[in-house]
Amino acid sequence: MSNELYRTCPESGLQFHKPAERLMKAHAVVAVVILLLGGISALLVTLTRMPAVHLLPADRFYQLLTTHGVNMLIFWMISFEIAILYFCSSTLLKVRLATPKLAWVGFALMLAGIIINNLAVANGDASVMMTSYVPMPANPNFYLGLILFAVGALIGCFIFLATLVIAKDEKTYEGSIPLVTFGALTACIIAVFTIASGAIVLVPTWLWSLGYINHIDAAMYRVVWWALGHSSQQINVAAHVAVWYAIAAIVFGARPLSEKVSRTAFFLYIAFLQLASAHHLLVDPGLSAEWKIFNTSYAMYLAVLASMVHGLTVPGSIEVAQRAKGYTNGLFQWLRKAPWSNPIFSGMFISLVGFGFLGGISGVVMGTEQINIIIHNTIYVPGHFHATVVIGSTLAFMSLTYFLIPTLFRKQVAFPAIARLQPYFFGLGMSVFALAMMGAGTLGVERRHWDMAFTNAPLSFDYPASAYTMMGIMGAAGLVAIVGGAMYILVTVVSVFFGKPVESESSFGFETSRVMRAEPIVVPEGGHAAAGKWGFAAPGTFLLAIFFLITFVLYYAVNWKYLASVWPMS
Amino acid sequence: MSAIQPPAETVWWKQPLDKVEGTWIGIALVWSLIMFFMMPFWHIYGKQNISSEAYKTTPQAYMAKTQAMVDKYTIRTETDAKLPVVRPPPGSDVYLLGRLWQWWPLLELEEGQTYRLHIGSMDWNHGFSLQPININTQVVPGYEMVLTITPDTVGEQTIICNEFCGIGHHNMLGKIYVTEAE
Repeated sequence: MSNELYRTCPESGLQFHKPAERLMKAHAVVAVVILLLGGISALLVTLTRMPAVHLLPADRFYQLLTTHGVNMLIFWMISFEIAILYFCSSTLLKVRLATPKLAWVGFALMLAGIIINNLAVANGDASVMMTSYVPMPANPNFYLGLILFAVGALIGCFIFLATLVIAKDEKTYEGSIPLVTFGALTACIIAVFTIASGAIVLVPTWLWSLGYINHIDAAMYRVVWWALGHSSQQINVAAHVAVWYAIAAIVFGARPLSEKVSRTAFFLYIAFLQLASAHHLLVDPGLSAEWKIFNTSYAMYLAVLASMVHGLTVPGSIEVAQRAKGYTNGLFQWLRKAPWSNPIFSGMFISLVGFGFLGGISGVVMGTEQINIIIHNTIYVPGHFHATVVIGSTLAFMSLTYFLIPTLFRKQVAFPAIARLQPYFFGLGMSVFALAMMGAGTLGVERRHWDMAFTNAPLSFDYPASAYTMMGIMGAAGLVAIVGGAMYILVTVVSVFFGKPVESESSFGFETSRVMRAEPIVVPEGGHAAAGKWGFAAPGTFLLAIFFLITFVLYYAVNWKYLASVWPMS
Repeated sequence: MSAIQPPAETVWWKQPLDKVEGTWIGIALVWSLIMFFMMPFWHIYGKQNISSEAYKTTPQAYMAKTQAMVDKYTIRTETDAKLPVVRPPPGSDVYLLGRLWQWWPLLELEEGQTYRLHIGSMDWNHGFSLQPININTQVVPGYEMVLTITPDTVGEQTIICNEFCGIGHHNMLGKIYVTEAE
């Protein structure tokens, strides 16, 4: 295409619409700045919850915990995801982005929202945590910032949808949209639901904080707020699963085992994932057991089924691609010979394993109606969602960044040696961190709590020594993860702002398939199953999946046994 | 065609499944159903279920009921603040209120007896976390939950607030003492 509005990356073959490209860069840069802010607050919060350090005074701790939560869970994630939406529509479908000017309005609203919300928290009268449960009051600008950000993000979602329409209309692709774009569409649909719920709850809350509404029911607030709070994390799940598929394609040229299965799994997300806001309400007064069971299980665990399917098909597609390249010895040669020093791959694979084993299993266990009694609001809960959102989403987005730096920003990845180690520091540090939190939570340590020793309380309570050990391990592992986060920001910022331009694929920093021009995977004689075992195309992956299932069943059973040991109640 | 390109076959939905996918979907579906039916099963055969009995209330009405119980059944006071310790009769309605930043009153219950424990908030959200036994519920202002409990371990349990409720949150403790069966 000779039109100067487009640029084709000579190495990857990706075609960028220049106005879309500028928007993707802007959203990604804002996202990384927010990640830095969230990371600094993470460091201070971690050092405070480490019993041996206990750094901050109580008011600063609660203030920075609010900063950390809102910036990481909302602003970082969604800013990066808007960049992903534009990439998955405009770039992957080789089409112009719809209304770039309006997209800049969306960007400006998001940025304004981020600034207004952060200033409110910095002011000291909005230390209400991300959840801001009424009737605990916050500075009205806390809610206003979130509302502006949400409106901006909603504009981004509709531009993504409009871009799909243009691509279809202008026939820039044949047949169906790519699987990764389908995953992004899933994330977008969930985002629209999330933002609508956010508007329903936050607009009245903002008016209440200004004095125009005199009462908001505290239980109703929780029900509607969690349709925002939990669903926003489901956007991340859909987005990072799409990123997993994208990275499998980028690094290995992998194709989905079957389009039908992977797309159906994404559809199950659209249909059922948002029911999980009930996870937060399992021990709330006034909700019936039937309501809780149906919703907490995503209607018979159909969304969990979908994640278990992705958990098989993503590594399965990598296994098939590797076997087709000749890595057919035994069950795991394909995995041993994977490019473990390429952070695009290593980060994605740690993300997948960590999300499944740590985040997935713990989420289902604590989302079981009765088991929630022994877990609700303990530090187990942030243990769970650091495994899903940080190891799952954040690490997947970090991995994708190492591909976007050369293709989107046209810069060589700076400090490749640091980049190679980064996913290991971040992913493994965060894994131990999350596990230690779950351990401490099982021992009853509370979340969002400044002093587990209750030094100034009129009554006293002593946690067992093991709880203190767990919190110490959490702190040490958290510091390792923060080093990993700092490595990511160092590499990203230096590459983007001071990096050398890319000259050829060999200066990418990390080997990738030539993405759009990749030779198709050669199907071995007798089909893919012939390169596998037991009639399975991906026997190694299947064995890993069975190992996952055994872990899941055992851990699930242990928690029922633990529940059975507490006081009878009904 | 890889996952970032349109599918090679335009009628991709007619592609047969690979055996590995079909097998795994079957296994995962069975496990999902087991986990689903475990919850109703526990409602019938399990002993630990969270109550769905709850009432709307107001701070004034709830305070009045709690005060009446305290006036009637206080057996001693503790700490300099003279916090009442209340020992209500087995089977009765027991009231516990959370407020900034205290669980009130302290309770003394008898092992193996059943009580209707009402939990309510005077102001903001609080979290009822009983340690070390580890029982946790949410306390929402405007509502009182009635939890029918049977303490079966003798000794001291501490109620910790585990929902963030402002600057004194980490000092908000209460007690349930469980005495041996008489």
